Amino acid sequence: MRRFVSLVIAVLLSGAPLANGTVRADDAGDWKDITEAARGQTVFWNAWGGDERINAYIAWVGERVSEDYGVTLRHVKLADTADAVSRVLAEKAAGRDSGGSIDLIWINGENFATMKSNSLLFGPFTERLPNYRLVDFAGKPTTQIDFTVPVDGLEAPWGMAKFNFIYDSARLAETPASTAALLDWTKTNPGRFTYPAPPDFLGSTFLKQVLIDLAPDPQALQAPVADDGQFTEVTEPLWAYLDELAPHLWRGGKLFPANGPAQRQLLDDGELDITLSFYPSDASSFIANDLLPDSARMFVFEDGTIGNTHFVAIPYNANAKEGAMVVADFLMSAEAQARKQNPEVWGDATVLDVTALEPAERKLFDELPLGAASLPPEALGPTLLEPHPSWMTRIEAEWRTRFSQ
Amino acid sequence: MADTLQPVTGQPVTGQPVRGGPAQPPILARRGPDLLRHVPALTLAIFLAPIAAGLIGTWLPAFGHFPALGHEGWSLEPWRKLFAEPGLTGALRLSLVSGFLSTLLSLVLVLAFVASCQGTAFFQQMRRLLAPLLSVPHVSLAIGLAFLIAPSGWFVRLLSPWATGWDRPPDIALVQDPSGLALTAGLVLKEAPFLFLMTLAALGQSQASERLAVARSLGYGPVTAWIKTVMPAIYPQIRLPIYAVLAYALSVVDMALILAPATPPPLAVLVFRLFNDPDLTMRLTAAAGASLQLGIVVAGIGLWRAFELILVRACRPWLSAGGRGGNGRVARTLGGGAMLLLSALSAASLLALALWSLAKRWRYPDALPNGWTLDNWMRQADGLLWSGTTTVVAGLAAALIALALVLGCLENEKRHGLKPSSRGLWLLYTPLLVPQVGFLFGVQVLAVEVGLDGTWTALIWSHLLFVLPYVFLSLAEPYRALDERYARAALCLGASPNRVFWRVKLPMLLRPALTALAVGFAVSVAQYLPTLFAGGGRFVTLTTEAVSLAAGADRRVIGVTALLQAAMPFCAFALALLLPAWIFRRRDALRTGT
Repeated sequence: MRRFVSLVIAVLLSGAPLANGTVRADDAGDWKDITEAARGQTVFWNAWGGDERINAYIAWVGERVSEDYGVTLRHVKLADTADAVSRVLAEKAAGRDSGGSIDLIWINGENFATMKSNSLLFGPFTERLPNYRLVDFAGKPTTQIDFTVPVDGLEAPWGMAKFNFIYDSARLAETPASTAALLDWTKTNPGRFTYPAPPDFLGSTFLKQVLIDLAPDPQALQAPVADDGQFTEVTEPLWAYLDELAPHLWRGGKLFPANGPAQRQLLDDGELDITLSFYPSDASSFIANDLLPDSARMFVFEDGTIGNTHFVAIPYNANAKEGAMVVADFLMSAEAQARKQNPEVWGDATVLDVTALEPAERKLFDELPLGAASLPPEALGPTLLEPHPSWMTRIEAEWRTRFSQ
Repeated sequence: MADTLQPVTGQPVTGQPVRGGPAQPPILARRGPDLLRHVPALTLAIFLAPIAAGLIGTWLPAFGHFPALGHEGWSLEPWRKLFAEPGLTGALRLSLVSGFLSTLLSLVLVLAFVASCQGTAFFQQMRRLLAPLLSVPHVSLAIGLAFLIAPSGWFVRLLSPWATGWDRPPDIALVQDPSGLALTAGLVLKEAPFLFLMTLAALGQSQASERLAVARSLGYGPVTAWIKTVMPAIYPQIRLPIYAVLAYALSVVDMALILAPATPPPLAVLVFRLFNDPDLTMRLTAAAGASLQLGIVVAGIGLWRAFELILVRACRPWLSAGGRGGNGRVARTLGGGAMLLLSALSAASLLALALWSLAKRWRYPDALPNGWTLDNWMRQADGLLWSGTTTVVAGLAAALIALALVLGCLENEKRHGLKPSSRGLWLLYTPLLVPQVGFLFGVQVLAVEVGLDGTWTALIWSHLLFVLPYVFLSLAEPYRALDERYARAALCLGASPNRVFWRVKLPMLLRPALTALAVGFAVSVAQYLPTLFAGGGRFVTLTTEAVSLAAGADRRVIGVTALLQAAMPFCAFALALLLPAWIFRRRDALRTGT
């Protein structure tokens, strides 16, 4: 039945591109071929595996694509997405141009930029996925520009992230409203704040947030790093800030949590008062999953915080490309997106244009709980754009020489 | 990798050991081609060839030769980059401190305990207590230990806030501390039981009680008597195990990922990270790091050996000066107390895992969870089924292959009247002395070249390298001690050597063979780096899962995974005990296994 529905949707949607003037009469046929080839395939999805809620969601996706398409999904849990990039690179270096060990990668930012510039990606493929047409390109421009790098159909948008902070309102009455205020707060509350060690993505995002807030000309960050001189000049306020912050951090800035979940655990234990998060519904979701007390709440900076889109991509030598495309398409379905946005499941915001959905599908989103700890969308403040990936790579390396001796 | 080894006790399976008797003539009834003769060579090839190839495959890139990435010829650039790596000095210091300190502590504890308590009822109890602890994979032990000693861990919870006044966990680095003490503690927890059981095995072959009796009758105090007369006899026998412990402690990755600091990490972890750097040229630097790691281990063992020689020379006058020593009460209290503490810590670690796996909510500073649930297990069921199956299949396959090869080698040795040499023992220990991170990259490159990486073959083979030595060590003693007269009697009745092997020897050796199988299985379950390097990221075992979760996931989920990982070897050993009892339920002599 489900297969029939998706076939009908595919047929219906195949008409859409015609309106754009592009002739793609064979799209439905193409998609049918893809799903047929996908049946029986095993897709090795390399995805960061540090968060149990996300792992559980991925397991659910596995059940669903198995039911609908006969695709077996294997979640290869990564500690760092760079591990997968390095594996594909190694396979290319060894001349393994087919039958690669990775079929799908959860990816964005510098890892995407690395893979794209090294021609390690299969595609463009997103136009071939029926559900791609549901994406809200106009309202969410980061679905097409990933950390200033054009996506070019090489990765399919999966979710929307926005940097924010979580605190325990039972312990903390007032929250800092800017990067500068956070420094002052940490000085008066020594040992009560920290950030995960970069290159963990939350730690790196914290560095970028500070960089954007303090850089003399934030616009310069939208272009690649020009030279060493420029890098030193632009990042100088960041290092000054971090050096001033360090002695007042948890463990005197000598140790850093491994990742976001580790820092959340420290908040729950009462070792910290503030943790970092990438999903505005995280606080509610953590409460629903018994991971934080009911008094957990979130806050953002008044001048805005970094927001981005995360994607899935297929390596050029993937063994099960069709299966991977089927999974990527399912991830963009209203069913999967609505479930993902539910704070009781994960709380990752949708990439779809909900207003353009069929009423039945829109209803899935309308019925979602917001969660007691979440701020309404209008209170989330402006969204700041990610810097070019070259900044992040350089900052991570520089951070290591300064703080990992 | 010095772990998970069962006692290599000198207990013969049945009958009397043929000790000190005339040399047995080889049994040479030959029918058809003697395939058995090739088993030792095959065994050596299977586990030494990959190590040799892996080492070369690591050294070449370390000196700039890596054609796959377009690097031809020789250069010292990788070394230059390695020494410019931030945190290298700190990493080296961390590795050396935790490596030497943990080995020394484990050895001193074990010797103090054995010297002061040998022959007491308490000694026998500890022996029974420590053997199962050895089967616990170091990853689950490390995770459990972290649950205990962290600032928000169980110990602080039990004392807070009523005794400590801490209504929030103290801001002290109790795990992942910059000096590596938590890692040292974790290593001691794992290595002391191993050295203890190796010492027990050595005691069985050194006429220890006779030596003690003589020395005691001359008026020496118990501990002094042991140190002066037994220790010189057993130390050479536990030397290789000690070196294996030192090599392991200097190059451990999985435990270090959980218990050691990350900024900077110990050398092995630093090297491991370099191998995973998205910048592929960093692999050359990583290869240099891996070679450095090997150098550190070689130098470490050399240093230890030098220290042995100095100590022996310095102590010689004391040995023969005739001092009788005291009653050894201090050593007994300290040694016994420390061993008891170790066992208690290990048991409490496992208990902490179990509690977390069943906890609904367990906030600081509650001494116990405020609710219980099976949800943590239910929600993980699917993933655990997959990783658990991979673990079991790889473990069983590696252990069975190892058992077959080891039986072949031992039977060949018997039939041709060969004597085990110490050179053979060194070869056997090679995989345990060479740091894993020092050659697995080369193995991976090789596997990619021949299209084996990410296959079951590569996974099982890589486990086999470490499983084989332990299976051999565990089975060799009982096999060699089997009374030769049973086989002779059967031969005299006209049975072929093969028939004798299958119908007489194997049934009589079923218990030690199953124990060796369980040992092999336990070793395979614990493998982390081989699974990652040879498995091509496609194989998820309970160990890789537990390590990646330990970085920060929900403690309840970590508890489930680590507890299941600890349970697997335990079940294997239980089966190894129960199966013979059931199979031989009608044969009294075999059932009790003498």
